[in-house]
Amino acid sequence: MAETKRVERPLSPFMIGPYYRVQMTSMSSIMTRATGNALIAGFLLGAWWLIAAVSSPGHFAFVNWIVTSWIGWLIFAGMAWSMWYHYLTGLRHLWWDSGRGLDIETAEKLGWGAFYGATGLTLFTLIVLWIV
Amino acid sequence: MVQFTLPKNSKIRVGKTWPRPEGAKNVRKFMIYRWDPDTGENPRVDTYFLDMDRCGPMVLDALLKIKNEIDPTLTFRRSCREGICGSCAMNIDGINTLACIYGLDEVRGDVRIYPLPHMPVVKDLVPDLTHFYAQHASIMPFLQTKTNRPEKEWRQSIEDRKKLDGLYECVMCASCSTSCPSYWWNSDRYLGPAALLHAYRWIIDSRDEATGERLDALEDPFKLYRCHTIMNCTKTCPKGLNPAKAIAEIKKLMVSRHV
Repeated sequence: MAETKRVERPLSPFMIGPYYRVQMTSMSSIMTRATGNALIAGFLLGAWWLIAAVSSPGHFAFVNWIVTSWIGWLIFAGMAWSMWYHYLTGLRHLWWDSGRGLDIETAEKLGWGAFYGATGLTLFTLIVLWIV
Repeated sequence: MVQFTLPKNSKIRVGKTWPRPEGAKNVRKFMIYRWDPDTGENPRVDTYFLDMDRCGPMVLDALLKIKNEIDPTLTFRRSCREGICGSCAMNIDGINTLACIYGLDEVRGDVRIYPLPHMPVVKDLVPDLTHFYAQHASIMPFLQTKTNRPEKEWRQSIEDRKKLDGLYECVMCASCSTSCPSYWWNSDRYLGPAALLHAYRWIIDSRDEATGERLDALEDPFKLYRCHTIMNCTKTCPKGLNPAKAIAEIKKLMVSRHV
């Protein structure tokens, strides 16, 4: 009987981009997760700000300097966008869970809706914050 | 587990470039994944050139032409050449589809062909589907009944039969499951779109009497709920089916039997 050698099989390539084409639906899904994680990081910064406020004036001055600088402003603007996008795609998940909107055309429209919707609502939020 | 790179033994190298056809005016470049289990070397991508004036219209025609005229060692599965057997599923131009019903005119630029993504490779374009088939078997893809066997056949109304349309057409090519990032990273425990579409096909069959048991078997954080509605499955299905919708319907049934 022929001797059979056990070979270690390679894993076929899968990475999105070079091997698997980027899809509207997969990107809007990944963005939902990314914005969720960005919000965790953003809220940690917010918590640090509050904790600094009750710890010592020097500590607060340092964190407040970061938060009110243009970097801090950019982070909070990003958080506003993330919050709106995450919220809108959350609504999309509710709609999907009711068994509706699951054809590709509608799913892609809902994805673009969340993207443009979040952008519009973020601008609105920033304008309101500017005025108040 | 989330994974973004290939393991060391799977990294792809540049392979051999085969000679261009002589005197051909309409030449197209094909880049094809190769792995030979006998050499133990890493996979490589070979480059072939075909005279498109002397080639059939489908991707499978091109693969057969390469195998017949240039390189007889090129290995791939194929059988029916009309999209009903599901054998020639592979990753073509960045999406999973059947080589026999995917037109070369649908491919943008050079034709890049890889085996179905994130699967162990048997040879060249042939993936190992053992686990995929085992998952299909695990959902018990057959009629289960408790009442006494009728004298003739198990009868079904026309309306109830209609519920199976868009489900029974699945040819188990594995294009959907291997397009799903969730399946890439959790295929040890997540059943994947193909098996779940089949599960739903039996759950809503009016003649089947094991609906409760079928739902019980899927009530699991991984088997069913690793679906995050990424929808690569529906987007890629060569038969135009909608596994994402079937999975959503199972999730709905799970909720409705608890409320």
